[in-house]
Amino acid sequence: MLEIKNLHVSIGDRKILEGLSLSVKAGEVAAIMGPNGTGKSTLAYVLAGREGYEVTEGEALLDGENILGLEPHQRAARGLFLAFQYPVEIPGVATMTFLKAALNAQRRARGEGEAPTPDLMKRVRAAAKGLGVDSEILKRALNAGFSGGEKKRMEILQMALLAPRFAILDETDSGLDIDALRVVADGVNALRAKDRAFLVITHYQRLLNYIRPDTVHVMARGRIMRTGGPELALELEKNGYRDYVGEAA
Amino acid sequence: MSVQAIETQTPAEAALARSFAAMQDKGAAELRRAAWAAFSRKGLPNRRVEAWHYTDLRAALRVVAPLGDAPTQASPVLEKSRAVRLVVLDGFFRPDLSDLAALPDGVAAQSLRETLAGADADVLAALAPSGLGGDDAVVALNAALMQDGVVVRIAPGLHVARPLELAILTSGGPAHGACTRSLIVAGDGSKACVIERSKALAPSGAQENHALVFAVGSNCEIEHVARIAPQGDDAIRVYSLLLALAGNSDFKSFGLIEGGGLVRRQIFARFESEDSRVAFDGVSLLRARHHADITLFIDHASARCVSRERFRTILDGEATGVFQGKVVVRPGAQKTDGAMQSKALLLSEGAAMNSKPELEIFADDVVCGHGATCGRLDADQLFYLEARGLPRREAEGLLIEGFANEAIDNVSDEAAREEFSAALRAWLAARENNQ
Repeated sequence: MLEIKNLHVSIGDRKILEGLSLSVKAGEVAAIMGPNGTGKSTLAYVLAGREGYEVTEGEALLDGENILGLEPHQRAARGLFLAFQYPVEIPGVATMTFLKAALNAQRRARGEGEAPTPDLMKRVRAAAKGLGVDSEILKRALNAGFSGGEKKRMEILQMALLAPRFAILDETDSGLDIDALRVVADGVNALRAKDRAFLVITHYQRLLNYIRPDTVHVMARGRIMRTGGPELALELEKNGYRDYVGEAA
Repeated sequence: MSVQAIETQTPAEAALARSFAAMQDKGAAELRRAAWAAFSRKGLPNRRVEAWHYTDLRAALRVVAPLGDAPTQASPVLEKSRAVRLVVLDGFFRPDLSDLAALPDGVAAQSLRETLAGADADVLAALAPSGLGGDDAVVALNAALMQDGVVVRIAPGLHVARPLELAILTSGGPAHGACTRSLIVAGDGSKACVIERSKALAPSGAQENHALVFAVGSNCEIEHVARIAPQGDDAIRVYSLLLALAGNSDFKSFGLIEGGGLVRRQIFARFESEDSRVAFDGVSLLRARHHADITLFIDHASARCVSRERFRTILDGEATGVFQGKVVVRPGAQKTDGAMQSKALLLSEGAAMNSKPELEIFADDVVCGHGATCGRLDADQLFYLEARGLPRREAEGLLIEGFANEAIDNVSDEAAREEFSAALRAWLAARENNQ
C-alpha cells in the first residue's frame, strides 16, 4: 500500500532523511521506533506534505502513485491521514464546523458531493460517543484550550470519521495517561481493517502493548536500521537505542 | 454674529465655516456656537494631532461637500426589516420611510430638528454630554453642523422585544455630505437592542459625519450592533459613538466595517456610576486601498466597572488599518477591570496596520491589561487544515472566519450574529473570486 524508496530529505543544508526505504502492506500495522531527533516526525510531515522540507531524492508511493508532488489536501483525499503529535489549536472555528468542512472537502475531491448536515452531525456525535468525547466539546473551538488527552482523542475522532486508507500516528502516546492511552488505542484498533494500514511512530514501547504491530522498524540517523516483529520492540525497551546510534561517527 | 475664523484655514475649513454660517440658526444655537468654537480652535484633525495621527483628515478632505438644509426628494424602496426601522436619509429623519406605527408603547421617536425646536435643557445636555468626545474636532464639528437625526426615548423598565433599527442612508451621487446626530435615551431598567445600519443606496464618494449618543440609565441592558456597509473609494466617513452609562448597567456594542474609502469609528464611553459593564467589539474587512480607523476612549470615572474591547482587523490588498484604544482609570475608580485587545491579520504584502493601545491608571486597586497583535495566517494552522483535506484557499477562509468569529461571537442578538457571519463569508467569497 505504501512504498517508500530511498527517500532523502533536507531542511536547508541539514540532511534529515538519508535513503529511507520502507514498505507497508494493506491491513498491516507497522511501528517505527527510534531515538529523539532521528527524523521520525520529519518522515510523517513529508508524507503529509508539509512545506519547508526538500525532497532531494526518492519517492513515496501510495497505492502505486508517487504522492510527494501532491498538495496536502490531495494526499488527504487519496486517503492519507496524519494524527499530529501536537494537534494545532484553531481559535474561533467550532470543532463541528471544522469536521463538516473536512469531511465535505474530501467528499468533493472524490466527486461524492457534500453530505447532508444532519446526517453528518449524527455520524460525528456517534463517533464522539464511541471515543468518550463529550459532545459539548464539538461546539468549542477546535483544540483551543483542550487538554492533551482531549486533543489526542480528537485526532482519533477525525481519523474515525475520515476513514483513511493509510494513517500515520505521530507519537500519539505522548502526553497521555494510561486511561487516555487505552481509549486512543481502542479507537485505532477498531479501525484496523484488511484494506487499511497504519504507520505508528513512537519513542516508547508502551503504546505497542495496546496497539499490537505486525512489524517493527528501528529508525536512526535518517534510515531504517532494522526490521522485525513485535519482539523487536521489547528488545529495544530493554537495551535502548545505543546499538543503533553508536555507529554515528 | 460673526463666525470665528480658524487660523490658517484650508479651503475645506473655509467651506465648513460657510456650512456653519448656514446652520447656526437651525436650533440649539448655543450648543452649535460652542461646538464651532471648539472646532475652530483645532481645525480639521491632521497627523500632528495625536488622536488622529494615522488618519490625516485635513489631508484627505480637500473639497467639502455641501450639506443640504432640507430632506431630499429621494424615496427609495427599502427591503423589509425584521426590526422597527427609523430612517435617516441624506441627513434628515424620514418619518415617511420609518415604521413609526410599529414602535412599541413606551418608545417614542422624534426628529432631532423637532427636538431642538423644543430646546429642552435635559435633552440638549444628553445630546452633547459634557466631557464626552468634546475634545475631538470631528465630534465638535458634528454638533456645530448637525442637520437632523432621531431622538428615541425608551421608557423606564421597558423591555423592547423587537430590535430598533437606525438606518442611516445616503442616496448616493457625486460628493454629497451628511451630518447627523441621533440620541437614544434608555430609561432606568430598560432593555433593548439597537441596530445601526449605515448604507449608501448607490455607493459613491460621500462625506459623512454621524454621531450616535446613548444616555443609558441604571440597571439597563442595551446591545448596539452597527453595520457600516461599503462605500465608494473616495468616501470619507466618521462614526462617533458617545456613551454615558449610569450604574449597574450592561452596554455592549459591535461594529462591522466593510471598508470603502476612509472610515473612522470612534467611541467615547464614560462610566457615570459604579458597577457597570461595557463591551466594545468589532471586525473590519478591508481590501484595495481602504482605510479604517477604530479609536476608542474608555473613561473609568467610577468604581467597580468592567470594560472589554475585542477588535479584529482583516487586511488585504493595500488596505490600512488603525486601532487606537485608550482606557483611563480615574482616581477613586477602584476595582476597575479592563481588558483591551486588538488583533490584525495581514493577508497581503501591501497591507499595513497601526496599533496603539494605551492605559492611564490613577487608581491603585485595578486589573487592567491590553494586547495588540499583527500577523499573517499561521503556517501550522494552515497545514493542519490542509492535511485534513481542505484546499489552501478554503483553509485560509476557515482561519479568517475563525479569526473574525472571536469578535462576532460576542454579539448576543442571534440574527445580527448570523448577518455578520454571512457578510464575512461574502467578503471571503469575493476574495476567492478575485484570485
